[in-house]
Amino acid sequence: MGLAPDDLLNRLAGQFPDAVLERAVARGDATALIDPARLLEVAAFCRDDPALQFDHLSDIAAVDWPQRADRFDLAYHLYSIPLNHRLRVKLHLPEGQAVETVTGVWPAADWLEREVWDLMGVSFAHHPDLRRIMMWDDYPFHPLRKEFPTEGEPDQPEDYHVVFPPGVRAHG
Amino acid sequence: MESDVRLMDPAQAHGIMVESVVATSPGHSDMTINMGPQHPSTHGVLRVVLDLEGENIVNSTVHIGYLHRGIEKLAESRTYTQIIPLTDRTDYTAAMTGNQGLVVAVERLMELEVPPRGRYVRTMVAELQRLASHLIWLGTHAMDIGAMSVFLYCFREREMVLDFFEELSGARLTYSYYRVGGVMGDASPDLLKRVYDFTDYFTDRLAENEALLTDNDLWLVRTQGVGVISAKDAVAVGLTGPSLRGSGVAYDIRKAEPYDAYADMEFDIPTRESGDVFGRYMVRIEEMKQSVRIIRQCIERMPDGPVSVEDPRVTPPRREVAMTHMESMINHFMWNIHSFAAPKGEVYSAIEAPKGELGYYIVSDGGNHPYRLRIRPPSFCNLQALSQMVKGHMIADVVAIIGSIDIVLGEVDR
Repeated sequence: MGLAPDDLLNRLAGQFPDAVLERAVARGDATALIDPARLLEVAAFCRDDPALQFDHLSDIAAVDWPQRADRFDLAYHLYSIPLNHRLRVKLHLPEGQAVETVTGVWPAADWLEREVWDLMGVSFAHHPDLRRIMMWDDYPFHPLRKEFPTEGEPDQPEDYHVVFPPGVRAHG
Repeated sequence: MESDVRLMDPAQAHGIMVESVVATSPGHSDMTINMGPQHPSTHGVLRVVLDLEGENIVNSTVHIGYLHRGIEKLAESRTYTQIIPLTDRTDYTAAMTGNQGLVVAVERLMELEVPPRGRYVRTMVAELQRLASHLIWLGTHAMDIGAMSVFLYCFREREMVLDFFEELSGARLTYSYYRVGGVMGDASPDLLKRVYDFTDYFTDRLAENEALLTDNDLWLVRTQGVGVISAKDAVAVGLTGPSLRGSGVAYDIRKAEPYDAYADMEFDIPTRESGDVFGRYMVRIEEMKQSVRIIRQCIERMPDGPVSVEDPRVTPPRREVAMTHMESMINHFMWNIHSFAAPKGEVYSAIEAPKGELGYYIVSDGGNHPYRLRIRPPSFCNLQALSQMVKGHMIADVVAIIGSIDIVLGEVDR
């Protein structure tokens, strides 16, 4: 059977007393805020420790907090298929600082990290193939950032102002 | 009359549609072939660039994003109820489970308890949706490999499920039927009876389809030993749902972390050890039989009572109260203008959608719309395994393998 949220966090904090900066349990979700520099060690421990066995990386999500000094949150959602427990590993990152890729620990991170890079502009060091995944390669923005307007930003203004020849109407 | 519009030679146009040679490159690969994004067997706008050696694939690159509509961005400026129609448009072949994933997550965020009848109706509808989704998969997958009649039979049965959904929600494909705290409307006893009758009918029809495929030598040759992925690799690359269970890993969120009424249901998790196209096919076929079991249990044990919570945090005042009491009328207005607010916090909640683990990560700053809504789409994560699966196989196997992963590009790209 899996560990309770508090036991998960105890296990992790016991191994990395200085890397786990904050811990929280809310609505049954265990969250550990860690030092971004220690991500790879923590990730490898989470996967390989017999009491944790987080073999499945569910998701990587980025959240933008523009007014905060460390602007971005990265949330890694881990799940253990053999033990049936979940953990959220979070870290705070300032703009422009890259975080180490976890593709070496969980190959599933490949596309997830590419999506974070594409839409939020958080870079991953040593990623094998860090290209945009949703937007086209020379797209200039990261649209999930808070300053990006929902209606979109024209990247090539002439594309958005179609001039029709005389006598041709856009609709009907 | 002189026209400056140049028409393409029809034969040439056809050649571009089928496949177009992009470049011939030296080195270990003889030829690079572009497949998609406009290709009938990619189930939408998926583009795969294949490096070939003869007819064998040595390398492949998957390009996605052609259907990216920024649903996660749009959700940040909409109330929780207004996000439900957006979730219809992620996996549009299984809009009900898209709805369900979101409302289950919001309920966990708000710590709401759905009444028993609401939970049972939701579970029944989700399993009907699994049937409809798997029927599309079976029909198109079989047609990709060349079995045309199965496609027509599957769409006939699927249409019956869609008729039930239309009766429940008023829509044929984009239902928005689930609500935070319950569902939009109750299922009538008459409808429940017809759904029960349908399960009998469906069991017979499924046996017919199976007779056309499972015992068919041609089908076996095209699917067995094709696109093999081991259990270890499947977990590592992030496969979930039937695609993972086809490699022998019995991970099903309905059992592991039951939501709605799944804790009360008796059902098995079908798995296959082979990890090939045939294994994933058998898992989905068996899963449809389990869905029938769950639907029957839901109808047999359907509790009485309301289908939605009566909680002033998420429920607008009832009409007769709103029209007779001043305060309730004000509340009614406020609810319709501002909707409800969710408490500050964050939650990750996953459900077992027909394609796999559908997760919603909601970050709330205490307002009436999410600060950030992240959708963890099963198709996106499953599609990542494609390059690994097609390596060493032939071009014709690519369509069989894509079909066996069961992707929907609306969900891959969001």
